[in-house]
Amino acid sequence: MKKHKKVYVYQGFERFWHWNQALLIFILALTGFEIHSSYTFLGFETAVDIHNKAAWGFIILIIFAIFWHFTTGEWKQYIPTTKNLKAQAEFYLLGIFKNAPHPTEKTLISKLNPLQRLVYLGLKILMIPVMVISGLLFMFYRYPHGNEIEIINIDNLEIIALIHTAGAFAVIAFVLVHLYLITTGHTITSNLKAMISGWEDLEETEDENEVADKKENDHETK
Amino acid sequence: MKKFTKAIIFFLAVVAPLLIVTVALRKPAPDHAQLEKLRAQYPARHQSGVDHSKMEILQQDFKNPHQITEACLSCHTERGMELLHSSHFTWEREAFIPGRGVTYLGKKNLLNNYCTGVQSNEGSCMKCHAGYGWNDKAFDFTNQLNIDCVVCHDNTGTYAKATGGGGYPVMGEGGPDYKKILGSMGLPKSENCGNCHFLGGGGNNVKHGDLEMALLKAGRNVDVHMGVDGAHMNCVDCHSAENHQMKGRYYGVSSTNDQRMSCEECHTAFPHQKSILNEHSIKVACQTCHIPVYAKVNPTKMYWDWSTATRKKDGKGFEEKDAEGNVTYASIKGDFIWQKNVEPEYTWFNGTADHLLLTDKIDTTQAFVKINTLNGAYRDRNSKIIPMKVHRGKQPYDSKNLTIIQTKLWDKEKGKGALWLDLEWERAIVEGMKYVDMPYSGQHGFVATEMYMPVNHMVSVSSEALSCKECHTREEGRLATLTDFYMPGRDRNEWLDLGGKLVLLGSLFGIVVHAAIRIMASRRRKLAQQHKA
Repeated sequence: MKKHKKVYVYQGFERFWHWNQALLIFILALTGFEIHSSYTFLGFETAVDIHNKAAWGFIILIIFAIFWHFTTGEWKQYIPTTKNLKAQAEFYLLGIFKNAPHPTEKTLISKLNPLQRLVYLGLKILMIPVMVISGLLFMFYRYPHGNEIEIINIDNLEIIALIHTAGAFAVIAFVLVHLYLITTGHTITSNLKAMISGWEDLEETEDENEVADKKENDHETK
Repeated sequence: MKKFTKAIIFFLAVVAPLLIVTVALRKPAPDHAQLEKLRAQYPARHQSGVDHSKMEILQQDFKNPHQITEACLSCHTERGMELLHSSHFTWEREAFIPGRGVTYLGKKNLLNNYCTGVQSNEGSCMKCHAGYGWNDKAFDFTNQLNIDCVVCHDNTGTYAKATGGGGYPVMGEGGPDYKKILGSMGLPKSENCGNCHFLGGGGNNVKHGDLEMALLKAGRNVDVHMGVDGAHMNCVDCHSAENHQMKGRYYGVSSTNDQRMSCEECHTAFPHQKSILNEHSIKVACQTCHIPVYAKVNPTKMYWDWSTATRKKDGKGFEEKDAEGNVTYASIKGDFIWQKNVEPEYTWFNGTADHLLLTDKIDTTQAFVKINTLNGAYRDRNSKIIPMKVHRGKQPYDSKNLTIIQTKLWDKEKGKGALWLDLEWERAIVEGMKYVDMPYSGQHGFVATEMYMPVNHMVSVSSEALSCKECHTREEGRLATLTDFYMPGRDRNEWLDLGGKLVLLGSLFGIVVHAAIRIMASRRRKLAQQHKA
């Protein structure tokens, strides 16, 4: 059996970003579906107010996250790959029930398995942009030829609203499945603990790059 | 360095979210600077530069009212000409209406679904005309001496026109005390306007619903502008006039988007603290949110069915009243429905209107024939959502020629065909149609009609303005009938919502099944290990 070693997988900002994003998505969904009249909870006006402010918070967070991804090179984590893709899918559908080992090793330079890469990339370049853009249009669209505060003229809000609604359902579906898949780490709670503390038991590899990376990382965090 | 990093992380993780939440939940204190300015401006009462009681010419013994007008015009030399062009005197306006061209329409010749129209009934209706002697078509609209200055400018509140006098006051004994009245002449008071505009349709608040005698004494809870415990404003404070052209339009008789009165003139186009409310003002008129109900004090007539008129008890006409004393049936008029604290109906309106003319063919397949049409649509840049009173009823029409009938309702004496005196439809219709030079086939029926009257008065205090949910709600919101646009909270795509729910349920189902299999498989493995052991 391979040796395990505690590795600092998720850095401070990464965790800050992750949990704030989680909180904001929760708030946005809660208030968003109240605005959609799916239920009454905070009151329509308060819901709109909070939804709009949380939206700005989300946008600011995204800007910081994009900056972080590019300056740290972490964006490379999301480059899609077909290597192990089939094996990974088979693991979730079959292997996991037989206590088979994870087909993709989690390492510092490759934290994500091929399925995660695909889904998170889709979230980043499709779902979130769709929600942000349709949300901004929702905020800034103006009825046809509105007077002084005319910014964007859109004849019909309907298409924007429907895209925003569809996106909301998709994001919530993602969150549900994501919450469940947290439990599919080495142990039920290992993924959750890692995202909270940053530290995770990873299998040791002889990959030189990683060793170097780890040293650097250790140096930083000590 | 490490401490610094930790400090930054602490700030980002704890302080920043707290700051954001605090700022987000902060409620700005309402800024009433604009309102304070307006409040300071309006209580100032008009100080007249002239004391009319010192005018010798007004202290003479007048033989007839025309001489009073002559006396007025001897100083106010050009005002007579102005009045000849004022709709208060002409009862018509020159207006271009698409599809009709240049028209001369007004109360003089238009229909309504209350008393149906003034033509052939002038002797009675002209009690509210700013003139003397409009009894029939022979009235001279070019004679300045036919103008009644006193009815609007009397400040004593004692001048009264005679009933059935074609606009003349009571003559001789019991007539107005002119020495006192003429000495008081000044800017019109709300009472002057109200004597006609509050009593339209034959009684207090019958017609408009938002204009009635109670406004003279009510508080801010009824009308925030006129309230005696508030700014106590007069009609003319807003409905200002230049050269006797009053600002403000009533679209039961008006057709064009000009000379309108608007809230924005005082309150500016974006008066709210919250920008989201200001944004609403692009497509929603102020009145829509700020007049949640009208007819707050006394009821107004909502339905008038002429078809039941002329019933008799013991050979005579009669009246029936409800518990509150409102007439619910009158032989001379038919059945009525009254309502109090009425929620308005809503429509898109761009300030232009069309009217059903006596000569227009009606489409009887419609649920209601429209007596007037308020133009507007979501996509029309000039349109806003406005509140309106919709008055519905049944009124006589020529069932062969398919035109609305002008009925002769009133006359000085019995036997001339007046419905109100003789209680007989056929003759009243024949006489009315003869008067307006319209053919009558001899066959009449009753057709359902509706009339749209924008509601602009009885503005409520701001705390009673409509809340979001009154409109942004799935079912039975205030704007449920305006379906030509998407409104968040009201509209959705049912298929999309169903699809979304299925996706969420499907995900949950998948999770539960997957988890169940995992748990079962893990138990089986444990059991197998125990067996081995």
